[in-house]
Amino acid sequence: MKFDELAGKCGEWLKGTGPESDIVISSRIRLARNLSEFPFVRRCTEGDKRSILRTVRQAVEAIEEWTNVEFVDVEPLSDLDRHFLVERQLISRELREVEGPRGVAIDTSERFSVMVNEEDHLRIQVIRSGLDLQSAWNDAAEIDNFLERKLTFAYLEKLGYLTACPTNVGTGLRVSVMLHLPALVITRQIDKVFRSLQKMNVAVRGLFGEGSQFTGDFYQVSNQITLGRSEEALLQQVEYVVPQLIEYERKARSFLMNNSSHDLHDDVSRAFGILQTAKKISSEETMLYLSKVRMGVNLGLIRDLEIATVNKLLIHTQPAHLQKLRGKTLNTTDRNIERAGYLQKHLVQKQ
Amino acid sequence: MKCQHCEKPATFHITELTGPGGPQVLHLCEDHARQYLSQDPAQPGTSALAGMLANQLKVDKTAEQIASTDQKTCPVCGITFAEFRNVGRLGCPYDYVHFAGELEPLLINIHGATEHHGKKPSKLLGSPDRQHRLLQLRRAMKEAVEKELYERATEIRDEIRKLEQMETGE
Repeated sequence: MKFDELAGKCGEWLKGTGPESDIVISSRIRLARNLSEFPFVRRCTEGDKRSILRTVRQAVEAIEEWTNVEFVDVEPLSDLDRHFLVERQLISRELREVEGPRGVAIDTSERFSVMVNEEDHLRIQVIRSGLDLQSAWNDAAEIDNFLERKLTFAYLEKLGYLTACPTNVGTGLRVSVMLHLPALVITRQIDKVFRSLQKMNVAVRGLFGEGSQFTGDFYQVSNQITLGRSEEALLQQVEYVVPQLIEYERKARSFLMNNSSHDLHDDVSRAFGILQTAKKISSEETMLYLSKVRMGVNLGLIRDLEIATVNKLLIHTQPAHLQKLRGKTLNTTDRNIERAGYLQKHLVQKQ
Repeated sequence: MKCQHCEKPATFHITELTGPGGPQVLHLCEDHARQYLSQDPAQPGTSALAGMLANQLKVDKTAEQIASTDQKTCPVCGITFAEFRNVGRLGCPYDYVHFAGELEPLLINIHGATEHHGKKPSKLLGSPDRQHRLLQLRRAMKEAVEKELYERATEIRDEIRKLEQMETGE
């Protein structure tokens, strides 16, 4: 797979076309599966991992319906390429960081990927633009069925699909929705909203900063449990919560528009101005201002700029993407200069 | 008895066996017990949840009970329950069978359930015995290679291939 070519393009899920895409960035389904006749990854020898990689690769390549799927051997990739795949959300940070034989099957339109030898032998992942869990789930189930024709997954009648961590056993399903909630952050309601979610079997975390400070008002809502409820029921848990969050965010936005429209317009315009004129800018700062600009576009405060462009910039201004686009490795200072130039090219022309 | 950290009654009695100074007994109220059990320095990050919950299994058990549970070993992959408790990850699919009794309270804690409802594999699995046999053989082969018993390793490899062919022949 030619990553340099891929870098210039944009995944299907970033197009900003799906339902509620002013607030919902993407819907994601993840399924954890393990081959029945191997130990879980942590206890695999290098040879076991190689056998698993080969077995899954053969299975993937034998699926006739998958004409646009490429298998990528992750181990020999450069660190930059692995970072690139993480930024693209085609592989996880864990798959980038662990050692040994591992890989990923990638649908070239980036609608799904299948990681091999992450925490579990297989991690199937489907991403859709906007709030579209049902179609993402249908695709994930189909991918699972295709793979199952060629592979035997560890499964017990009582416990369902067996996973390395007991927190994923049963369905192996993680349903996630990525939301952009800047107005709830500005109006300081976000903590209150998330506290109320804790009672509803869903978990919340930051989107572009796992384990660290949330950056840029992006949040991910996902189901907490995987056992004892059907996939449909787990989908519903998240589907029940997300419209409420959308509603709260819309209310907060209209509150700001009605009560402090000058402050809001000023904030958004300054953010846009900085992105258009800065000569060097960090990744964090970019995320912060792009978030404001994204809301500005949705509220009609910024015209002649597409949401798809903002979505694309959120990914393309990250370090590995910038370097792939530039075609060489850059240190932090050079990246900050490169990033400012890239932003100007995309934001000033649009005016 | 009062909690060691506050005036509330101690409802949790925890015996720590892994401390450097030998077994240590703690008497804590519910809040402090939760706090204590959730701060396990051995496992930052994602395994923390499983580790924390696994640690809860220690509550209300005697030192002997904990020690015997910890030493229980999966005959297929060789992982001990103590190892699982430390890393929060199981060793092989058979662990769910072998440690079924130990895992049940953990599953109730995490999921509030112990039985799967949902998608099933469309084809029936090969017999569980043969799957576990394959797992066991792979481990035996690894051990044979480590001990440089290459002739034995070759025999085991042939047996694995035979079993694998039976599976694909179905």
